[in-house]
Amino acid sequence: MDMFDIYLAIPLAPLVGALIAGLLGKAIGRAGAHWVTIIGVALSTVLSFVVYNHHVLEGADAFNGNVYTWAVSDGIAFQVGFLVDQLTATMMVVVTFVSLMVHIYTIGYMHDDPGYQRFFSYISLFTFAMLMLVMANNFLQLFFGWEAVGLVSYLLIGFWYERDSAIYANMKAFLVNRAGDFGFLLGIAAVLMYFGTLDYAEVFARAPELVGTTMEVIPGAEWSLFSVICILLFIGAMGKSAQWPLHVWLPDSMEGPTPISALIHAATMVTAGIFMVSRMSPLFELSETALSFVLIIGAITAFFMGLLGLVQNDIKRVVAYSTLSQLGYMAVGLGASAYAASMFHLGTHAFFKALLFLGAGAVIIAMHHEQDMRRMGGLRKYMPITYVTSLIGSLALIGFPGFSGFFSKDGIIEAVHHSELWGADIAYLAVLSGVFITALYSFRMFFMTFHGEERMDEHTREHLHEAPWVVTVPLILLAIPSVIIGWLWAEPMLFGDYFGEAIFVAPEHDTLARLGEGYHGLVAFMLHGIMAPPFWLAALGVFTAWFLYMKRTDLPAKIVARVRPLHTILVEKYGHDRFNDWFFGGGTRGLGGLLWRVGDLALIDGLVVNGSAKVVAWFSGIFRRIQTGYLYTYAFAMIIGLLLLLQFAVGGS
Amino acid sequence: MTDFVAITPELFLLTMACVVLIVDAFLPEAYRAVTYQLALMTLVITGGLTVALYPAEPQVVFHGAAVVDGMGSVLKAFIAGIAFFAFTYSKDYLRERNVFKGEYYVLGLFAVLGMMIMVSAHSLLTIYLGLELLSLCLYAMVAMHRDSADASEAAMKYFVLGALASGMLLYGISMIYGGTGTVDLGEIAAVVASGDIVDDTVLVFGLVFLVVGLAFKLGAVPFHMWLPDVYHGAPTAVTLFIGSAPKMAAFAMVMRVLVDGLEGLQADWQAMLVILSILSMAVGNVIAIAQTNLKRMFAYSTIAHVGFLILGVLSGTEAGYAASMFYAIVYAIMSLGGFGMIVLLSRGGFEADRLEDFKGLNERSPWFAFIMMVFLFSMAGVPPFVGFWAKWSVLREVVAADMVWLAVVAVVFSIIGAFYYLRVVKLMYFDKPEDASPITAGGDLQAAVSINGLAVLGLGLFPGALLTLCVAALAAS
Repeated sequence: MDMFDIYLAIPLAPLVGALIAGLLGKAIGRAGAHWVTIIGVALSTVLSFVVYNHHVLEGADAFNGNVYTWAVSDGIAFQVGFLVDQLTATMMVVVTFVSLMVHIYTIGYMHDDPGYQRFFSYISLFTFAMLMLVMANNFLQLFFGWEAVGLVSYLLIGFWYERDSAIYANMKAFLVNRAGDFGFLLGIAAVLMYFGTLDYAEVFARAPELVGTTMEVIPGAEWSLFSVICILLFIGAMGKSAQWPLHVWLPDSMEGPTPISALIHAATMVTAGIFMVSRMSPLFELSETALSFVLIIGAITAFFMGLLGLVQNDIKRVVAYSTLSQLGYMAVGLGASAYAASMFHLGTHAFFKALLFLGAGAVIIAMHHEQDMRRMGGLRKYMPITYVTSLIGSLALIGFPGFSGFFSKDGIIEAVHHSELWGADIAYLAVLSGVFITALYSFRMFFMTFHGEERMDEHTREHLHEAPWVVTVPLILLAIPSVIIGWLWAEPMLFGDYFGEAIFVAPEHDTLARLGEGYHGLVAFMLHGIMAPPFWLAALGVFTAWFLYMKRTDLPAKIVARVRPLHTILVEKYGHDRFNDWFFGGGTRGLGGLLWRVGDLALIDGLVVNGSAKVVAWFSGIFRRIQTGYLYTYAFAMIIGLLLLLQFAVGGS
Repeated sequence: MTDFVAITPELFLLTMACVVLIVDAFLPEAYRAVTYQLALMTLVITGGLTVALYPAEPQVVFHGAAVVDGMGSVLKAFIAGIAFFAFTYSKDYLRERNVFKGEYYVLGLFAVLGMMIMVSAHSLLTIYLGLELLSLCLYAMVAMHRDSADASEAAMKYFVLGALASGMLLYGISMIYGGTGTVDLGEIAAVVASGDIVDDTVLVFGLVFLVVGLAFKLGAVPFHMWLPDVYHGAPTAVTLFIGSAPKMAAFAMVMRVLVDGLEGLQADWQAMLVILSILSMAVGNVIAIAQTNLKRMFAYSTIAHVGFLILGVLSGTEAGYAASMFYAIVYAIMSLGGFGMIVLLSRGGFEADRLEDFKGLNERSPWFAFIMMVFLFSMAGVPPFVGFWAKWSVLREVVAADMVWLAVVAVVFSIIGAFYYLRVVKLMYFDKPEDASPITAGGDLQAAVSINGLAVLGLGLFPGALLTLCVAALAAS
């Protein structure tokens, strides 16, 4: 089989599965739906590993080719095509593997749901869309994938569409993403305007020629072209990857079923923005302004969203805020030009965060859809596999030496430390203190769920038991990479030539290279890590969590009472939602209402539409009377017509 | 001998029409279907012969009486095809009303012969001959349902006004003959082009009368008055025949007279056609809104479409003529489908020609509601249906002829026109049916209407072939 056929089969297999499960769901039944989609995704997972082997391990050249020309307009070709290199191959493996795990897990999680086939159809469709996004070789297809994953995300957040909260959440996700996509689309339009093509390779090749070009967005202000393009593109990434201030939709997206929280809102879709920036590294490297912008936004997200995780009691929301914070880390890495470190963290995070979500999901099933951690506790003895795998996930998340998260997060923190961009100092402080916060909320959740006294009611306790194998097997399979993937990837990704030419870093920004100067093997890197502040901050966080939630359980309430205003700010999530509802929600509705009354009802409906319709109807009524039905009227009309034509044609001459 | 070969289709049709007439006279009532099948077979073979004899070069035969060329052959083949469908649609309708007689088919075949003569005429007299043969057949067909007062009244009006129009046409012909000394279109064109005629007043005078005669046949305002009454009063089976193929013949007549014969007077007839076109689009689209009867609404819609059809001719270029020809063919197909749908829904004692009769059609038959929607959208000029391409191609030629204002006027009127088409779609899809009885039409009728609808959709998706055919046909004439 030719490599090209493999590339083509990878996105199409899940699409076929999705179509069969979606359109013929009733005919093939529940088992049929999960078999057909799992086979589709499993096929693409296996083929993705083949591609990974081909490009990353065997070091084959990047593939860049078009599959189909959709349209040609004004000499600009709109293509469907693939660009497969180390970056793409890595994303493909992560996406398909996590997707496969989630597919299997879903059999257990959605066991009793009436929308079983619909759910499988959606997640397979998502896998297709995400693969199209990462495999794109041009901006148009990127945008297609970008919108398609957004659509499926919308559908899945509102999966339980009878719930008002789910409808609110999916609408919110959709609207906030529109705000981001608006920037993204403008960025793509700017690329098209200045480069005249949407093809990645051509754009990247021509980029150096346009350095120094400026554009006047606001009259009188000359802005660097690349700053404008990159910031616009990153605004798109801010929506999709939930960066402050467009992060507000992600916590609410937890209204969707847990498997999609794991797949879409933790492991894959939300990292699309990070991937996109890495893919666009040849453009971002040309604008330090844009890099600083990315750095600052990422730092704000990483620090402040982590804080919110401290006051949440809903187990899924804690993980959601943790995801926000980790996405902030990735953005910081991008800003510091450590694209490789960000991609590394993206990969490790996909595994351990999916693991944590699926673990939380397993707990939620066992607790009969109870998500409040204040009614959990002591689950360790009932659910040993979930307990161990969650522990592994948490250790990976806080960056415990040896676990995958340690290498990737340390890579980012050290890279920022070496960055000389404007704002790098603040970002360094933010990500460093973020480590303490991460450890604190992670183990707060861990202790409140699995240790301590059992706070659930009697009925729930009697039914507590370990999840079925379709749930535990994915947990175990995700726990393995959460531990070992760091060992495999750390050296080549951070210090080696893993990504080859897929990622471009200007020499003056190359923070990872500076980091690499002091690198003497993985063990030394680990030992150094134990000496460094991040490890001690993490350890302090775990200890604090243990002290507050295991030892002195009376203390948290007292602390809250002391710092009531601060606590309120956190519970209110800094007032973003309130502000958005009031300003954007209320404002647009007010404006819409005004325009509707004045513009639509009075002017358009009253004057233009109904007015002209009335005139036409009036004429129609009048002219109709001419059609009297009498023969002589008709003949008379003809004679009059003849005379007028004669007068017109002959009389004039 | 080659002269006879060139008109083989017409000769065959004439022979078969006589054969059908005689066979029908001796057939017992129970075997009436034989007449119908013979008529269909005749049309198929006539169409086949026309296609087989498609000429590479225009060929003038019988001393300038007739011409066989690309435009004529294409139109004749389509006329035979459209008539074939019209006959298919009418069978059940006539049978249910007890007028399933041989006359309909014999008259129909003679009418087709009249149209073919008009299409291949190369002399003003031949045109007149074909026109009269067609018209007389149509008068009789309208009156065929003798018990219906509406039909008789319609036939009477049609006959009287048709006679008036014929008189004017004939008067115009005599003027042209007086001015040029010939009725041969080629010779007329040569005389006009030679510049020997210093004062062309008499020619323009004759031209006005000719245009009036043509406008009457097309149904352009203000010579349209017969059209709503005839469409409404005639049995639907006859209406669908009158409303489809003869429009192509009328288009051919316009081309023969104005382009083949009097192209030298283009400046004069162009101005007249502009007036007729605008009036037709305005009156047709506006008055259609006030109609509650679907046949009457389609009649006004025809008037509006005629306005559009004229646009291509008046642009005065080869491409414009091709666009108009495309429009005429497309219009005949759509109009056939629209009336065919009325026939499909009707049954003995129920005409299904009021707007209310289409309420909730989607609940009764989603498939035919869809087909009807295709026809209506196509007539309204909504992409991707073929009606859109028809409008688009004539508008493009009008713009190319530097008459942007006229294109804007046309678009405005077609937007107004969209209203009454969409109203029917709304009735079909959003209102409750008043009558939930199932559709009882025969399988052949259902299949034919479905093919008709799918043709409108298919031609809309792939309009290139038919457009290219029209351009090629005009290039070969």
